[in-house]
Amino acid sequence: MEIGERLPPHTFRVTRADLVRYAGASGDFNPIHWSDRVATKVGLPGVIAHGMYTMALAGQAVLAWAGDPAAVVEYGVRFTKPVVVPDDDEGTEVTVTAVVKGFTEQGHARLDITATCGGDKVLGQARAIVRHRAG
Amino acid sequence: MPLDPSFVGRTYPPTPSYEVGREKIREFAAAVGATDPAHTDPAAARALGHPDVVAPPTFPIVMTMSAGAQIIDDPALGIDYSRVVHGDQRFSYTRPVYAGDRLTCVCTVDEITSRAGHDFVTTRTEVATEDGEPVVTVWSRLVVRGEG
Repeated sequence: MEIGERLPPHTFRVTRADLVRYAGASGDFNPIHWSDRVATKVGLPGVIAHGMYTMALAGQAVLAWAGDPAAVVEYGVRFTKPVVVPDDDEGTEVTVTAVVKGFTEQGHARLDITATCGGDKVLGQARAIVRHRAG
Repeated sequence: MPLDPSFVGRTYPPTPSYEVGREKIREFAAAVGATDPAHTDPAAARALGHPDVVAPPTFPIVMTMSAGAQIIDDPALGIDYSRVVHGDQRFSYTRPVYAGDRLTCVCTVDEITSRAGHDFVTTRTEVATEDGEPVVTVWSRLVVRGEG
């Protein structure tokens, strides 16, 4: 990894089935992630993805790039816009990219991550520090 | 009414130990599309120098979300959960989480601020082994939307 190096955009398809599976695996059963009735009642356009699901997908894109499933030293995001997931077979798409901003004293790479859905940024201040393979 | 800022610095009792299971890591890895064999195959994880299968980086949320309920449900603090939105999330690792870890969470209220009728609560959860070895620190910033 070098400063300025970019992670090629990685696109994830997100369907209702993915949200149900994430709800079960994470234990987050908030109905705004599976019930249109509840989601619209609280003022959302419809069922939205768990912010933590989007964060996990973006993390996955970075880890695949780093080539090490235990590479993450630090990882933080702000949830800026909900990812609305329609109840159809296509669902929606989240695209993740990242750029190497620099290196820590320990030699870990400092990355700025961008995640978008329908052209809107869904994560803000998304940054990770990852161990990376030398050379 | 704004939340009471005197709760800043308050630390809650350690949660009961959570035993990280291989199958739970596999289930979580599958749910987030984490396909590296080190999440599912102990031999592949050991080949990379890990003692057992490795959890994906956001896995600790499985523990810290329920641990954080100590703060969110504290009647003395009085957060209206129906108005809570997840604002920020951060993980800072001392080492990865592995299957077989027995982990406890200690939650602290790090910050309470109010702006434009909304309250912002930052919780910090120190995740450590039963023996006190630090593993990961997890911050969640919750937005409690104002009424009206």
